[in-house]
Amino acid sequence: MGLREPEEIQQQIVRETFHLVLKRDDNICNFLEGGSLIGGSDYKLIYRHYATLYFVFCVDSSESELGILDLIQVFVETLDKCFENVCELDLIFHMDKVHYILQEVVMGGMVLETNMNEIVAQMEAQNRLEKSEGGLSAAPARAVSAVKNINLPEIPRNINIGDLNIKVPNLSQFV
Amino acid sequence: MLVPSLKVQDLIEEIRGAKTQAQEREVIQKECAHIRASFRDGDPLHRHRQLAKLLYVHMLGYPAHFGQMECLKLIASPRFTDKRVGYLGAMLLLDERQDAHLLITNSIKNDLSQGTQAVQGLALCTLSTMGSAEMCRDLATEVEKLLLQPSPYVRKKAVLTAVHMIRKVPELSTIFLPPCAQLLHERHHGILLGTITLIMELCERSPAALKHFRKVVPQLVQILRTLLTTGYSTEHSISGVSDPFLQVQILRLLRILGRNHEESSETMNDLLAQVLAVNILGRFLLNSDKNIRYVALTSLLRLVQSDHSAVQRHRPTVVECLQEPDTSLSRRALELSLALVNSSNVRAMTQELQGFLQSCPTDLRADCASGILLAAERYAPTKRWHIDTILRVLTTAGAHVRDDAVANLTQLIGGAQELHAYSVRRLYCALAEDISQQPLVQVAAWCIGEYGDLLLEGSCEEIEPLQVEEEEVLALLERVLQSHMSLPATRGYALTALMKLSTRLRGDNNRIRQVVSIYGSCLDVELQQRAVEYDTLFRKYDHMRAAILEKMPLVERGGPQVDEEAKESKEEARLLEAAPVPTEPQASKLLDLLDLLDGPSEDAQHPRPLDPSPGGALVHLLDLPCAPPPAAPIPNLKVFEREGLQLSLSFVRPPETPALLLITVTATNTSGGDVTHFICQAAVPKFPAAATGPQWGHSSSSGWPSDDPAPQNPQS
Repeated sequence: MGLREPEEIQQQIVRETFHLVLKRDDNICNFLEGGSLIGGSDYKLIYRHYATLYFVFCVDSSESELGILDLIQVFVETLDKCFENVCELDLIFHMDKVHYILQEVVMGGMVLETNMNEIVAQMEAQNRLEKSEGGLSAAPARAVSAVKNINLPEIPRNINIGDLNIKVPNLSQFV
Repeated sequence: MLVPSLKVQDLIEEIRGAKTQAQEREVIQKECAHIRASFRDGDPLHRHRQLAKLLYVHMLGYPAHFGQMECLKLIASPRFTDKRVGYLGAMLLLDERQDAHLLITNSIKNDLSQGTQAVQGLALCTLSTMGSAEMCRDLATEVEKLLLQPSPYVRKKAVLTAVHMIRKVPELSTIFLPPCAQLLHERHHGILLGTITLIMELCERSPAALKHFRKVVPQLVQILRTLLTTGYSTEHSISGVSDPFLQVQILRLLRILGRNHEESSETMNDLLAQVLAVNILGRFLLNSDKNIRYVALTSLLRLVQSDHSAVQRHRPTVVECLQEPDTSLSRRALELSLALVNSSNVRAMTQELQGFLQSCPTDLRADCASGILLAAERYAPTKRWHIDTILRVLTTAGAHVRDDAVANLTQLIGGAQELHAYSVRRLYCALAEDISQQPLVQVAAWCIGEYGDLLLEGSCEEIEPLQVEEEEVLALLERVLQSHMSLPATRGYALTALMKLSTRLRGDNNRIRQVVSIYGSCLDVELQQRAVEYDTLFRKYDHMRAAILEKMPLVERGGPQVDEEAKESKEEARLLEAAPVPTEPQASKLLDLLDLLDGPSEDAQHPRPLDPSPGGALVHLLDLPCAPPPAAPIPNLKVFEREGLQLSLSFVRPPETPALLLITVTATNTSGGDVTHFICQAAVPKFPAAATGPQWGHSSSSGWPSDDPAPQNPQS
C-alpha cells in the first residue's frame, strides 16, 4: 500500500518468498514469518499449495491468518470458474485477467467481495464489453489502419498501350 | 511495410521458448524496442496490446518506465479495453513518487462522474491502490456521491475507497462519517463489509466518532445474529459458516466499540457467549489441524502478557508443541514457553528447553540458548544450578550463544567461591571432551588458569573424585592453543591460562616456558605480544611472577569488561596462598609494590618510581578499575634509617573518601648533630592521582637549622 518498492527489490522479494515457501513440507502449517526483505515481524506470509501452484499472500498483523486462508480459497475457486478448470498456463498467458479478477476480491489492501457468483458475473460482463469493442464496432478504425499500411506499388504516370495514351491522375496519399 | 506487432500470447510463448537467461533478455529487449517505437509513432489501435506486453515484461523484472505516459493516454481513451489496461498499468507502474501520477486525476474524475459501472469500478480501484493525498483531496466529493448511487457494485468499491482516502487524508473523515448509518441498512454483503471497515477506521482515528458509533451496536448485533441463525445468504458460506468475513469484521468492530463501555458490552454479551469459546484455547492446541494449532499458540502468546495464570494452565501442552517438526509451530511454542517460565517451574522448564535445544533447527538455536540463559539468570534457585545450566547450554549450543555469555559465566563463577573447585572440574571434563565450542573453551581455559590448583587437588564433595595429572592439564591447554578450530581470542585465553598455571602447579615450568617462547614468534600479533611479555616475566622478572599471576578479585557486574590478560596483583608484603582475597585498596597496591624494593637498604630519600617496563604488564595492573573495597588499616613503615636520620611513612585513609590515602612522611633526626640542607622531594609515579599538600610541619628533636629551605615538590 502506498509506495511500491523499486523493481529490483520486488524481484528479490519474489525470489526470497519462492525459496521460503518451496522449503515447506506439505503437512506443516501454512503461515510463515516474512523474509528479511519484507518489513520485519509485522508481516507474515500465508500460502496455500494447489498441485504445482503456490498462492502466497503477504499480510500484516491486523489480518486473521485463518481468514486469509479462506480468502485464498475464494480467489482460487473464482479463478477456476472464470477460466473453466484453471491451470497454470491460463494464469501465465492471461496474467492481466488474473489481475482483473483479483481486483474484484481485494482492493486497496482490504477484502472487497467474497461472493464468487457476483465476481464471476462481473468478469463475464466486462469480457463481453471488451469483445464487442474488438468486433464490428472497431471495423472502420481497422480499415483505415490497414490501408495506411498497404505497400502501394509504384503507379506509372503514363500508360502507353499502342495508340492509347492514358494519363494517370495524381492520386493523393491516403492519410 | 509495418510488421504487425506480436500478440501478447505470442510474446509470452517466445519468452518461454528462450533457453537461457541471455536469450530471454534478448527477446525482451528486441520487443521493448518495438514497443517503444510503437509508442513514439502513436498507434492508438494497438496501444493497449503494447502496454499489456510491457506489463508482462515488467512482471518478470524488466524496466518499464517508458510506458507510464501510455497509461495516461489509454485511461483517457473512450474504449473500455483501453481503460482497463491503462488503469492496470497505472496501478503497476505509477506511484506517488512519480510526478506523472497526478496527471490521471482528471481522467479519474471524468470516469467517476460519467463512466459506466465497470469504468467507475476501475477508477475507484486505481484510486484506492495508488491514490496520493492530493488526488484524494481532489476526488473526495466524487467518491462521496458514489456512496449513495443505486448500483451496489459501485457503492461497495466507493466505501473501500473512502477508507483509503481517510488513511491518506484524515480530515476527510468528516465527509465520510454521515453516510455510514444509512449504509449499515444495506443487505448487500459487500457493502456491509466495506462499511464496517470504514466505521472501524473512523473509530480508530477519533474518540468522537467512537462515541457516535456506539449507538449502532444493537444494529450490529442484529446483523450478526441473523448471520448466525438464519444463514443470511448461502452464496457467502465457506465450510458451512455463513460469510465468516463479515462475521469477523462485525466482531472486530464490536470489540472496539465495547471497550471500556459498560452499556455496549452488556448488549453484546450474550451474543458473544454463543459465538466465542473463551476458555477452549487449550483444546485448540490439541487440534489435529496445524493451522489451528498455530493460531492457538499465537493467541496464547498475546494473552500471556495480560493473563499469565490462565495461560500457565496450558503449559504442559505448550511444551509438547516444542516437539513439532513444523518450524513455524515450534518457534511459536518456544516463544510461549520462554514467556511461561517463572520461579516455581524454572527447573522443569529449563529441563524441557535444554532437551529442545539439542534437537531444534539451527535458526531457532540462538533464540533458545539466549532464552534459557536469560531465564536462568532471572530465576536460578541456586548458584550451582545456574552454573550447571550455563555449562549445559555452552556444551550443547556453544556456537550460538551471545558474546557476553562468556563474561557472564566467568563473573558468576568468580563470585561463587565455594563452587570454584566444582566449576573447574566440570569445565575441565567438558573441555577434555570437546575443544570446538569457543565460548565453552574460553570459560574453561580461564577457570583452569585461575583455579588449576583446585583441579589438581583431587577431591570435591559435589562430584566424583577426579585424578588429574599436571601434564594432562598442560597438554589439554596446548591442544587448544594449536587447534585450528580455536579463535584468536580463545588462544589468548589458553596462553594466559598456561602462564597462570606456572604459579599454581607444583612441577617445574619448563614445559610452560617452552610453549611461551615458541609463541613469541607466532604470526598472530596479539598472541605474539602476550608470549613475549610472559617470556620476559620468566626471564627478567621472575620474582614478580607469582604476585602478578595471583587470583583475580571479583569484578563488579556491569562494570567495564575485565580485560582477561590484565592480572591484578593484590598482595601484601609476602607472596601468598592460593585462596583469592577479594578486595584490596587500590592505592595500597601502589605502596605494596613499592615494598617490592626490599626495605630500607634501597636507594635513599625518595622511593623509586615504579619501573613500568616488564612487558607493560605492570602498567596494565594499575590501569585496571577495581571495585572500591573496604579499607584495611595500613601499618606505619619505617623506610630509611642511617646515621641517626629516620624516615617513616604513615598512612591514613579519611573515612569520607575511602579512595584517598594520606601519606605522611616523618623525618626524625636522632643524631647528636644538626642536619643541614635537608631537602625532601617526593617523586610519584604517574598512574594514581596523588597530591602533595603543603603541610610540611616539622618537629625537631635536636634542631633543624632555622633556615631550612622551602620544600620543593618536584612532580614527575
